[in-house]
Amino acid sequence: MSSTFDTVAGIISETADIPREQITPESHAIDDLGIDSLAFLDIAFAIDKAFGIKLPLEQWTQEVNEGKAPAEEYFVLKNLVARIDALIAAKA
Amino acid sequence: MRLEYFEMIDRVVVLDRDARRIEAQSTVPMESPVFEGHFPGHPLVPGVLLTETMAQASGYLILGLMDFTHMPFLMAVDKARFRTFVGPGTVLSITATLEHEGSGYAVTKAKIAVEGKPICDAELRFRIMPFPADLDGQMRAQARRIGLLTEA
Repeated sequence: MSSTFDTVAGIISETADIPREQITPESHAIDDLGIDSLAFLDIAFAIDKAFGIKLPLEQWTQEVNEGKAPAEEYFVLKNLVARIDALIAAKA
Repeated sequence: MRLEYFEMIDRVVVLDRDARRIEAQSTVPMESPVFEGHFPGHPLVPGVLLTETMAQASGYLILGLMDFTHMPFLMAVDKARFRTFVGPGTVLSITATLEHEGSGYAVTKAKIAVEGKPICDAELRFRIMPFPADLDGQMRAQARRIGLLTEA
């Protein structure tokens, strides 16, 4: 998997105290890893800092709540990593 | 500063929008029921109230920068350090700087000094949410009281 995934997995492992080997690209941050909203904001902060981006959490939350996108679009790690890569590319 | 009412900020000295920084001032009261227990005969401002003071300065900074569109709620305190004691009558200089504005959250670094000497510092995180009903009016009134808002 990509270096972005490795960085994100490391952040999740350290921030949420989850063994690194439990974190895979298929992991759902909430359903599989049990990350709550407070911990997810900690993770988002670390991701923002690590990549110099701003995860649009409010927009994602709104889209999920309004049924415009399934939560898996954002919370399954391979999808989250793809969105992070897109934000990095857009910044360049 | 009215400890019992959690009114920790007396006056905003400056809100610097470009530097994303606020300076505020507060004077610890000479008497308070807080001091009756913390500690009997040896009055000291509890560290948790110094943390609240830094959080409120940070909160007013965020409110000011966001023009009172959303309300910050304290959600995390990191790297808090309390370097010396604070007693009644002490004049506190509080500063807070916005370190990161995320989506739905914000991060500040805040510190308190007395006559230039560092008292405490911390990194604080806030969840940024729409105002609960009627709270924005109360927050605006508080902001006017401390000089953050000056319009009529």
